[in-house]
Amino acid sequence: METESTHIGSIGVDTRKLGMWVFLASEIMFFSGLIGSYIVLRFANLEVWPVPSTVLNIPLTAVNTFILICSSAALVLGLSSIQRGYKEGLQVGLLLTILLGTLFLSIQVKEYRELIHDGFTISSSIFGSCFFTLTGFHGAHVFAGVVWLIVVFALSFGPRFSRDQYCGVEMAGLYWHFVDLVWIILFTILYLI
Amino acid sequence: MSDVEAVRKRPNYAGVFWSLFILTILEIIAANTPFAKVLVVVTLVILALMKAGLVALYYMHLKFEKYVFYVIVFFPLLLAVILTVLVLADKAIA
Repeated sequence: METESTHIGSIGVDTRKLGMWVFLASEIMFFSGLIGSYIVLRFANLEVWPVPSTVLNIPLTAVNTFILICSSAALVLGLSSIQRGYKEGLQVGLLLTILLGTLFLSIQVKEYRELIHDGFTISSSIFGSCFFTLTGFHGAHVFAGVVWLIVVFALSFGPRFSRDQYCGVEMAGLYWHFVDLVWIILFTILYLI
Repeated sequence: MSDVEAVRKRPNYAGVFWSLFILTILEIIAANTPFAKVLVVVTLVILALMKAGLVALYYMHLKFEKYVFYVIVFFPLLLAVILTVLVLADKAIA
């Protein structure tokens, strides 16, 4: 029977986890490139850059940030449950994470609608271009994460996950927490600074 | 079960969650304080890095992983910082 120790490579780490972290490294470079561009553009246009709180809805986004933090906590408790052989705990954790992720996206769509209605669009200013590019790519990642978690949730009703086999949950979790981590940085640099 | 595995089974997830919650509130308070802009920005960056560190170390279990994972994470970050600093320096010189 295949267990978690079956995939340990020559350097003593799980090859699936190693592959996932290499993928996340490419994602780090992707978002670092975008954030680096944002910093450079902001420094180059300091005189025309608006104070974010005069354009963006900070309280709404703070709530959204809290929702994403809650989703990460729910997912990590789900993983902890399956590591103890408690499959129902995993399913509850996954379902909560999916619902909170969907709520995050819904609030982001509401925010976009309000901003566009107020004339703040991707082409209205350099800040608008940066804002919609960064949050848009992040939102796309959240959407991909929700889809991935729905697949994992569906698979959790079969024999795929158990106390000895939970790599699929762990990989989806790594991706989801990474998306949460990126939002923590984006919330600070786009909305607060 | 090794010591590392034993610790890994019981990270304090609730403690991390409440720490993230409190740090987020502190961020919003810090962003609205009337102190010098530089001081506020430095405080916000430190708070954000603390939150990101908590997520990476405990939720992503980086704290309990081998050294190779740290290399994988920090190498691209280092490249990104070098790129940003060089572009800013180029702009300053021009």
